[in-house]
This record gives sequence, structure tokens and C-alpha cells, in this order.
Amino acid sequence: MLLTASVNAREYTRDVEPRTLLVHFLRDELGLTGTHWGCDTSNCGTCVVLMDGEPVKSCTVLAATAAGYEIRTVEGLAAGGVLDPVQQGFIEMHGLQCGFCTSGMLMTARALLDRRAGGPPLTDGEIREAISGQICRCTGYATIVRSIRWAADHPDQPSAE
Amino acid sequence: MSDNGERPIGFGRLRRKEDPRFIRGQGHYVDDVQLPGMLHGAILRSPVAHARIASIDASPALQHPKVHAVITGRDLETRGLAWMRTISADSQAVLATDKVRFQGQEVAFVIAEDRYSARDALELIDVDYEPLPAVVDPRRALDSDAPLIRDDKPGQTDNRIFDWESGDRALTDRVFENADVVVEQDLVFPRSHPAPMETCGAVAQFDQVTGKLTVWCTTQAPHAHRTVYALLTGLPEHRIRVISPDVGGGFGNKVPVYPGYLCAIIGAIDTGRPVKWMEDRSENLMSTAFARDYAMRGAIAATAEGNILAVRVDVVADHGAFNATAQPTNYPAGFFHVFTGSYDIEAAHCHVTGVYTNKAPGGVAYACSFRIAEAVYLVERMVDCLAYELGIDAAELRLANLISPDQFPYQCKTGWVYDSGDYERTLRKALDIADYDALRREQGERRARGELMGIGVGFFTEAVGAGPRRHMDILGLGMNDGAALRVHPTGKAQLSISVQTQGQGHETTFAQIVAEELGIPPEDVDVVHGDTDVTPYGLGTYGSRSTPVSGAATAVVARKVRDRARIVAAAMLEASPDDLEWEKGRWFVKGDPEKGATIQEIAMAARGSVELPAGVEAGLDAETVYDPPNLTFPYGAYICVVEIDPGTAKVRVRRFVAVDDCGTRINPMIIEGQVHGGLTDGVGIALMEQIAFDESGNCLGGSLMDYLIPTSLEVPDWETDFTVTPSPHHPIGAKGIGESATVGSPPTIVNAVCDALRPFGVRHVDMPCTPSRVWHAMRGIPQ
Repeated sequence: MLLTASVNAREYTRDVEPRTLLVHFLRDELGLTGTHWGCDTSNCGTCVVLMDGEPVKSCTVLAATAAGYEIRTVEGLAAGGVLDPVQQGFIEMHGLQCGFCTSGMLMTARALLDRRAGGPPLTDGEIREAISGQICRCTGYATIVRSIRWAADHPDQPSAE
Repeated sequence: MSDNGERPIGFGRLRRKEDPRFIRGQGHYVDDVQLPGMLHGAILRSPVAHARIASIDASPALQHPKVHAVITGRDLETRGLAWMRTISADSQAVLATDKVRFQGQEVAFVIAEDRYSARDALELIDVDYEPLPAVVDPRRALDSDAPLIRDDKPGQTDNRIFDWESGDRALTDRVFENADVVVEQDLVFPRSHPAPMETCGAVAQFDQVTGKLTVWCTTQAPHAHRTVYALLTGLPEHRIRVISPDVGGGFGNKVPVYPGYLCAIIGAIDTGRPVKWMEDRSENLMSTAFARDYAMRGAIAATAEGNILAVRVDVVADHGAFNATAQPTNYPAGFFHVFTGSYDIEAAHCHVTGVYTNKAPGGVAYACSFRIAEAVYLVERMVDCLAYELGIDAAELRLANLISPDQFPYQCKTGWVYDSGDYERTLRKALDIADYDALRREQGERRARGELMGIGVGFFTEAVGAGPRRHMDILGLGMNDGAALRVHPTGKAQLSISVQTQGQGHETTFAQIVAEELGIPPEDVDVVHGDTDVTPYGLGTYGSRSTPVSGAATAVVARKVRDRARIVAAAMLEASPDDLEWEKGRWFVKGDPEKGATIQEIAMAARGSVELPAGVEAGLDAETVYDPPNLTFPYGAYICVVEIDPGTAKVRVRRFVAVDDCGTRINPMIIEGQVHGGLTDGVGIALMEQIAFDESGNCLGGSLMDYLIPTSLEVPDWETDFTVTPSPHHPIGAKGIGESATVGSPPTIVNAVCDALRPFGVRHVDMPCTPSRVWHAMRGIPQ
């Protein structure tokens, strides 16, 4: 089937099997390999991308159903070469080690901060809840919580990279 | 940036060089490799634990329009490739020919146009299995009526792999006979799995003109893999290139050579096109290197006052259907015999029996430091059982028996020589941070109200950095590592190393070692790794060995460069090398500090026209291979506070205090991160994770819905601190930290659980301490 999808504000049209999963569409068809795959059961969250700003596990979304939504992946986080505060936060607070879960964590963090923009300060409990559908085997989560908090505290931080 | 806002030249907190690519999604993992014309492989696996293969009909799969080839065990047999030698020098089926011996075993390999078609075609292969009874409980594997699993091995008449012992049995028996108190306890360290977020896989490419094989592979040990591929396939080793790009976590899971890697290689040679094979999560959990699976009968002897005299243990070790554990050849039980732990005792003995069962092969993985996880679990649980019986506080009992600082170097009763330690200082620091006395008071008050609160104390000593060549090899390859340092004329440097990061941050910390030794800013040092064509030989990253071995190699090679720079500087300054003195980044004339040359100036001169003494070559480049004189012995003191819901029996870790001593600290930020990760492993292992089997040998932990890994909600905000006791024999005094917390935390957590259950008269609960297990223990119902 011919599928047209908007990913990181760019339209792509590809001829794919109807059963193609969004994660494979992004990785194999579009070459956006920043989104990873880690389990078959929607448990690990390495494949999280945003659909109209909401985090979804792209291993459990058919690419065909992505049409009509704005898909955002880790490759779409930095704007004009300037890092998103969540990206900078993960560098500052050592929120990653092997990097495999990182893209999914960053996207969930971005969605959380967007959802809570202008609201009262985030609690650690809220941050832990937000990332609780995702697994990291390296960090023990505390530094991820600190990284997201850093991003919340530096919403307009220009990239130091 | 360092904490004080300055970039450290050398050791200190430094943001990681790796991060900019990862946070942009520009890491490059094996599954990201895309080559023109690449085909995709998938493995057909056994649905049963033990069966004879009557027939395999792959012809319907070959009819699939997108299938290029199907490889079976019979196809490999004619080429002598149906079996491979494991890293424990046993044999393992690449693709099954005669029998399948565990559920998930590799039976056939399909190569197709894309990953979906390859999996479709698996459904078209018809295998006729004749089921056999399965050996599931390792403690029944040597029963006279147990089915023989390895009937492929000539002379193998039962399911025994090895018997091995360490320590002095007679002396230990005498000490036990004369002791006031003897406590015995059966303990099971259950089968768990490292489950890195990236599963295992490979892309193989074979150039039929040059005969060059390139394998992108999820491996922690690229050089060892290259040698193994050469030995297995018969291809010349200089025409094999193993590239381990970014690796999405390893934890020991990516040390062994798996059948899938070989199938990808064979498929690439046969089809003439690149072949990618990536396993899915169930394949990872069901077929690749598991961890632990030790059934232990422990005993501890002491005086009535609590002076620990001796420890002994009998172990039945479940190695699965093939002995494929990754440990040094001379140590079939790994370093388990460091089980005397951190205590000064009179005698010790262990006996380990390794057995085959109808389960996946493996055993040494998941950050265990070659089975020190099992050893520490044994001794720390036995000490707590002794404390329970004697009515002595768990912290007091430990303080009274720890090896004292003046006893180092300390030779333990199984022969290890611990390099350095100040154990009491570390334990007291942990007790202070936890405010142990206040916790005990709180516990007393809450117990009076019927609430279940437990305080666990744990102390561990690791033995890492394998290791000295005279004792330690894998498949005959001495466990040494190389380093090569090139200093360019402008003073920028490139360090090539043989170890392979899986998240440890080698690109940062190894640059910091060079920076510390040479005074070159760490951003001026690039670290090259993970490609056998461009890095020196060495055995790779596992067992917390990177800093102890390769970190030492890096310091040594940097010092060689510094020595060469001294000669060049002497020529530049028209002085004798003996008259020069080093300060970080600069040689200068003794007594005339103004007269000197920076390492950058020396680097340029070394490639320039300055006249050098006879026999001195231009440039500053150097290479080395490091053979450690001994292991290093990091240690730590841990305190865990748990609360148990009396109704549901669910355990919650409320606090965890970890005080680690890994000797000299290179990058405290990275050390803290590694400790956090290991503590999280500990929560998983102690409370959640188990690869269980039913009585037919069906794996019950084959997905992340069944194999439960801690999320952000199951772990507390870790409280970490440190002491520093450098290793006297390591060039920079560093001991390694990668596995300390995974090793030290499980017994600490179980000690806390059992402490909470003390009002119920519970002395021990086996891991994982699930709500069901704890609920039954509270009611005295055996599990």
C-alpha cells in the first residue's frame, strides 16, 4: 500500500506492506534509526515516538495508522542545530549510558514537559510516573529523573554544544 | 564540565564524549547497519526442551518467493560446521542435527529479502520432533534415571560436566566439629538474565574477490570473537574484521559466540550478499547467556561470641544443555571461591558440581564478575543467618569479623590475595549515612505497631580485572589487553584500545587517563575501539576488567610516551634527560622551571628536525600489552531499608545507601551512574527477575511481560558515597566499579526482607522475593 506520513514536519510517501510497524517504517524505510526496538510486547519503550505530541510505542502502532498524525522522533528534537533542553539535560545530568533507551526517554520527557508547561513545578514522582512504561538497564533511573528536572528548570536554555 | 566549572585535565567529573551522538539519535548500533543488497536472516527454534529430530523438511520455505536460502544442521554437518566449540571448550550445536536440548534451541536459518518474509518462512519449515523426558531441576540431573542429555559426546554417561573444589576440606571439617555454633542454610540463586535493551545480532559481509569477511556484531570482546570465528570457519584471521559499533548494553550477555552470528556469516558466504540477523526479545531471553542458577548448601561456623571461624558450601551449578559459560579456563566455577568474602576466618571449603539440564546454555553473565555475585550472596546471607541464630546485630557481627587494614595484602583461605582495603571505615561511613541507630529505633516502634520494616546490611569484596596470563586465559588466549597511543605533531592524540564499551563511557574515561598522565586536555584525545582492524589485540570488556586491565595499559602507554617526550625535550633544551623534571603537560629543567617544553611543543619537535640521540626514533607513539600482576579488589558497604505490606506481602525498597571503594576514581559522575545501574539490577534480581521453567522445560520467562525488570517506580533515589583505597599494584590505583553494585546489592536486599520478617520467625527467603514467596514465608508455608 502507498503510505504518506508526516515525520518531523516532512512528508514521506512509501510503498509498504499493510502490516508494517511504525518502528520499522521509521527505521528501515526512512532511515531514521534513532528510534530503537527492544521488545515484542510494548514493555521496554525504546521505540517511543510522539504522535501529535503524545508518546506512543511505535512497535505497537501500524505505520498505516500513522497517516494524518504528526510524528516526531528523536531526530526532530533539535531545532536548527540547537538542542532541546531535554537533550541538554541528559548530557548535563548523565541521563544515559549505552544510549539505547535514550531516544524513547527523551521523547517521553518532551511530551511531559509540553503537557505540564506553565503548570506547578514537576515532582520527582510525576517524572518517575511518566517514564515508568520504559526500561533502562544502565542508569537506575535517578539520573534520568535529574536530567528531566534539569530540562524543566532550563526551558529556554540555548545549546551549550 | 567539572563541578567547579573548569574542565579537568585528568580525573574528575567530565561530561561524556559519547553523549552528543546518542541524544541526537545518531548512535550506530548493529541493527542500524544497512548495506546494499543486504538480506535478512531468522532462526527456527525448538518449541520443546528435549526431543529427537526425526526429520526436517525445509522445501516449502524454499518455495517462498522472497526466500534465498534455508540452512539446516544437515547442511552444516557436511561442512563440519554443525557444532562449534564454546568458550568453555565444550561443544554446542550451531543448528541441531540429532536432538534439540532446550526450548529455543537453533534448528534452521532462513535467509530472505526482508525481516518479515524471513519470519514468515519459518512457519513453512516442517520439523518432526520425537519428545524425550526433560531434565529441569539441576539437583535431579545426576539421578540414576535422569535422561542423558549429551549423548552426542563420546564417553559421556551422565549429566555431569565437572566437579571442582577449593580450600581445605579436612581443616574446614575440623573447625566445624569444634565450633560452638554451626548454622546451615540452603540457598538458591535463581536463573536470571542480563536482558540488555539491545538484543544480540550481527551483519556479515563476505567479499568473494578478496576473501575478506566483515562482521558487525553485538560483542563485548571483538578480538576474541575474531579469533573464534577464524578457528570455527577456517577463514584466515587477517581476513576477518569484527566491528562492534555502539552496543546497547551488554552485562555479559554479549560475550559468548552465538549460533546466530555463525549462521549470518555462513549465509553471507553462501549467498554472496550481506546478511543481517537480529534476534527478538523472546529469543534473547530464551536462548542467550543467562546468569547464576546456583543451588547452594551453605554452612557457617562461629564461636558463641560471634567470631566467625569457617564457611563451607556445596553447589549444584546448572549450566544448561551446553557448557558455554564465559570464564577463565582454570576456573570452571568462575571466581566463586572468593566466597570467604570480607572476613578474616580460619578455614573454608567449596565443592561445585556442574551439570547439564535441558535449558539454555550460559551461567556467567549479568555483571557477576565471574560468579562473585553468587559468592557474595552466599557469605552475606550466611553471616545474616548466623546473626539471626546468635541474636547479634548484623552490623555489629560484620564489624567484629572484617579483615583489618593492617592485614593487607591479605591472603584468604582459598588463596586469593586481596590488594588493599579499609573495610571498617567504609562500613562505618555507610552506617552513619543511613543513620543506622535511628533506623533500628524506628523499626522497633513500627514493629510494635505491627508494621513490617527491614534493615539489611551487606558488605562485599570483589576480585576483578582478569587477569594474570600465568593463571587466566579463555580458549588459551591470555587475558591481557593492549593499548596504542599516537601523538600527532600538533599535540592531539589518538588512543586505540582492545576493550569495548557497552555504555561504560570508555571514550571519556580513557581519554581522561591519557590526560592525567600527559597533561593533554581530554578533548584532545580520541579513543578508538570496537574495530579489530584498527585496534590492538585484547580480550574485551566484562568482569569489570576494562579499567583494571585496559585502563592500566592506557596509563602505561601514556607513560611510555612521556618517557620518549623526555628524551626529545632534553634534545630541545640541550639538557640531559636526567636533569629534567615532569609537571603535568610539561618537561622542564630542574632548578630552572622557566626552561621547559610543553607536551605539544615536544610532539611537534619529535616529528621535526631536532637532533635526537642515536637509536631514538622520531615521534612519540607507543604501544603496550598489559599483563596484570594480580586482580584488583574493590569493595563496598551497603544498607537497604525495605517495607513490606502485611496484606499483600509486596516489598518496597524505601532507601538504599551504597558506599563503594573502587580505589582511584577517574570520573565520579560515571562511577555514580554505574553504581546506580547495578543497584537497580540488584532490586530486579532480589525481588522480581527469574527465568523459571515448568516441569517439561518450557521457559516461563520468555518475554518482558513475564521477566520483570525494575522500572522507575520500583527503585528509590539512590544514596551513594565512597571511600578511596587505591590498589597498590595498578598504575593509577584504580580497581574497577562496573559490577560492584550488581554483586553487592542482592544479599543486602534479601537481608532487609528477612530482617522485616523476623517477627514471623523467618530466617531465609529465596530470591526473587516476590509477594507470593514472602506471603507464604510469613505463614510458614514452604515454597
